[in-house]
Parts: sequence; C-alpha cells; structure tokens
Amino acid sequence: MGKRVLLIEDEPNIIEAIGFILSRDGWTVHTHQDGQTAMAKVLALPPDMIILDVMLPGRSGFEILRELRSTDVTKDIPVMMLTARGQDKDRDLALRLGANHFMTKPFSNSDVRDYVRAMMDP
Amino acid sequence: MTIERMTGTRIREKRMDIGLRQASLASAVGISPSYLNLIEHNRRRIGGKLLTDLARALGVDPSHLAGGADRDLLDQLHSAATLAGDMAEIARAEELAARFPGWAGLIALQARRLAVLDERIGALTDRMAHDPFLATALHDVISAVTAIRSTAAILVSQEQIDADWQRRFHENIHTDSLRLGKSSEALVAYLEAPADAEQSPDTPMGQVDTFLAKNGYHLPMIEAETATPDEVVRLSGLTGAAAALLGGICRQYAADARALPMAAFAQAAQACNYDPALLATRCGTDFATILRRLPCLPPDAGHPPIGLAVCDAAGALLYLKRVPGFAMPTAGGACPLWPLFGALSRPSQPLRAEAILPGATASHLLCYAIATPLAVHHFDLPPVLRSTMLVMPDMAQGSAAPVPVGIACRICPRADCPSRREPAIIGTVTAL
Repeated sequence: MGKRVLLIEDEPNIIEAIGFILSRDGWTVHTHQDGQTAMAKVLALPPDMIILDVMLPGRSGFEILRELRSTDVTKDIPVMMLTARGQDKDRDLALRLGANHFMTKPFSNSDVRDYVRAMMDP
Repeated sequence: MTIERMTGTRIREKRMDIGLRQASLASAVGISPSYLNLIEHNRRRIGGKLLTDLARALGVDPSHLAGGADRDLLDQLHSAATLAGDMAEIARAEELAARFPGWAGLIALQARRLAVLDERIGALTDRMAHDPFLATALHDVISAVTAIRSTAAILVSQEQIDADWQRRFHENIHTDSLRLGKSSEALVAYLEAPADAEQSPDTPMGQVDTFLAKNGYHLPMIEAETATPDEVVRLSGLTGAAAALLGGICRQYAADARALPMAAFAQAAQACNYDPALLATRCGTDFATILRRLPCLPPDAGHPPIGLAVCDAAGALLYLKRVPGFAMPTAGGACPLWPLFGALSRPSQPLRAEAILPGATASHLLCYAIATPLAVHHFDLPPVLRSTMLVMPDMAQGSAAPVPVGIACRICPRADCPSRREPAIIGTVTAL
C-alpha cells in the first residue's frame, strides 16, 4: 500500500480527478469534503501528506492549517494548500501558517503530481 | 529660475499688453531704459518701492507682478510634474506659470482630477476585492474550470483508462461545463447590472467604511481623548453626509470609550474569553455597549477577529465591520435570518446564536445581538430602535442546530429556504 494522501476539498469532480491522478502514481488517496470535521478525519488516521483547499464548508483551510500546526501529532505533516484565490496575501498567510506549498486553481495535473512526489520524497 | 526673477517677464508682458514703450515706463518710474531692460529679462531682482512704482505705472497690483498669487499653482505644477518622472522640465515650472498661466492652470486642474480618479479607482478595486457576490461567483467559475481542465487532461493523456472511468470523466466534464455556463452567465448578468448605490465608493457609508477600515476600526485619538469626535471627522477629510455619519459613529465611540477605558477593557475581554455576557457583568455595563466596544479592540494585539453590524428598525445597515468569514451587503438585500434582525422583534432581550453560512464560503459564526431603544420617546411615536450584532467567526462551538443564514438571496444556494425573496444567480441546492 502506498503512502497516504488526504485530500480535503469540497468539489467532487476535482476530488475525483486528483484522486485518480495520485492513485495512478501509487498513493493511497483518502478524501474529505467538510471543513468543520476535517481535523477529526486527520486525527483518526494521520496521513503522510495533506492537500487542503482554502474555501471549505464549515471552516476555512487556513483555520484547519493553524490547528494542524499547533497539534503535536499533525504539526509535521506536509501540507499543500489549494485555492482559487492567487492573491499574494493568501499565499503569504498560507506559508506563514506553515503550509509547505501553495497552488492556485486551475492547476495542471503534472504540477500536482510533481509537488506531491517532491514533498513525500524530498 | 526663481519666482522673483520671473517678475521681469510679467512686467514686460503687462507693458506690451497696454502698448507702453520701454522708455516711457522707465521714465515714469525714474530709471534708465537699459536698467528696465535688464529687469524685464529677469537679470535684476526688484522689490520694494521700485516694484510698487512699476505696478502703479502699469495699473496693476504689485502682487500681480511679484507672482505671489501663483505660488499655489506652482506647488500644484511641481506635484503634477512628479507624476511624470523625468518627462517634465520641473526647473521651468515657474516660467510656464508666468508665461502661460491658463495652460499651467489646466495642467494643475488635470493633475487634481487624475488624483481624484486614482483614488476612486482604488476604492472601486478595493470594493471589488471584497464584494461577496463577485467572490462567490468567481469561485464557482474557477472551481468548474479547474475540474474541467484536470479531467480533460486525464482523458487526453496517453495512459490507458478503463471504460468506466472514461464514462465518469466524460459525465463530470459535461456536468461542470453546464455549471460553468450558468456561473458565467450569472457573472455577466451581475457585472452588466446597473451599479447600485452600494457599489459606489462615493456613498457616505462607503466613505466612512473606507476610513474606519484604514484605521482598523480602532481610534486611538478618541481612546486617549487627544481629539474630539469633531476633530477626528475633520482629520478624516470627509464632508457632507459621510462626515455626519462618521460624526455620529465617533460620538458613540467616545461615549463607549469613556464608559469602558480600553486598557482595562482589553484585559477584562481576555480574562472573560471575549464573552459579552461575562464582560457585561464584570464591567457593570449594559450589553449593547459591550457589543459595540469589543470590535474596537486594537488590531494586531492578539485579539480574535470580531465583526459588528448595526441596523435601524427597518433593517437598514448603519454600521458594518466585516471580518474574514463574515460579510453582509451594505445596501438592502441582506439575509433576514441574521440574529441582528431577529433582535428587532424582541427589544432589550440579548440573543446568542450560532449561525452557519452555506457552500464554499461556509463559516460557523457565534453571534450576539440586542435591539435597544435610543432614548425617551414621544407617547405617540414608535421607539427608535438600534439593533447591534457582534460576530465572532473563530469562537463558534459547532452547535448541533446553527441558524442557516446566507449573505444575500442572490448568492445563497439554499433552495428550500422559506425566507428567500428573490432567485439566486448561482445554482441552488436543497437542504444545505
């Protein structure tokens, strides 16, 4: 079984596309669509890496990232943020809160795959 | 070339305007024609009695020749020239003002107009960046584009994809393309709609909001009583209705600051974990004052983001402090389910409710609201009510039954909401 990637994203077709790409690349992909319960999902089965959307129902990705970084068992998990907003202030906030990478939608599949490979096997 | 030296040019132009020979003018003021010639070519400085004599002989006020009245114009020309970088001959601005005062005035006028337009564009850009209608519609478009791009790229890759996956991806592209079409149409319809008062940076509330947002909704001069509310209004540069609106806000701010001095209040707020009920008890102050005071905590001091909305009995917003996760349209059309409006039907009763926004912008918000009468009233008139709602996006506990609010019907996807009063411009979903 490959390393686990948790994709926290509320758009089902984006989930399906990214899930397909990463599964083909050997990762075990878990998905979750709700911001409010995302931390519980992470804590239940800490993944090797998290792909985290910024705008989620219930709770923003920034708030989740802040909690991830302040929780012992999750603070070192690599996180790549996805957002439809490519503004510098969002990028700065993500990196300041401890994101390892920040990717703006729409993205290319190869970029997602390459960054996941790089983050999981630096 | 200094402005004094340009006095000669003015003397020469005025003399020629009235058809006076150089020798005649020189004789009239008791100097030689050659000396007057040096003066007229700005090679001799003059002032005092000789300037007064020349002005009298030419029938003008001495200040007209000295050019003192044009100093403002020169300042404006210098200011305009800085916009052009190295393009303008800044050193010759005084010569331009002296020789062509009309053209110089036009340049100054255009520069002032450009500055006003720049400011207006900045305000518009800022509003566009924070417009909840636009943000939601654009998010919808980008999400659909992302899904289509990613799915299409999988299909055109050279990899072998089994038939089931191919069919699913084709269906996904079809679904997303329909959604993209709808979102795009909604976006175009929204952008083509005539600009309403809310979107104009010139609305009094918009101007006041811009001023307060620049100051982080915290006014140290009033806190420290180093400026009166009227002085703050004057320093803001606002005029007319905006100044009147800001004046009312500043007077209320000053009264609240006197009742609850900031240093002690900030400590109490932290000690009570920003709970308005605990704070009201601890401070011995009414609930509405606590709700107004909490959003005035200094920014960048480690306090949580706290939003505020105030409306009148008709539900018209009088004050709005947005924070991430909380937004309301400032001119009509707000969701009627906010506790802000519910409090109007129960005056003087504090309300506490968790609210949840729908869809991609969803946030859990902890809301405290109260509607209070403003003052003693006439027997035959209804009370003048103000409803105040405090909003804390990061403090919600995740209630099992939060109030399902929206920003406004136009961008709310809740299809089965009984309070809906107009169709949404985005797709709706049942039971969100």
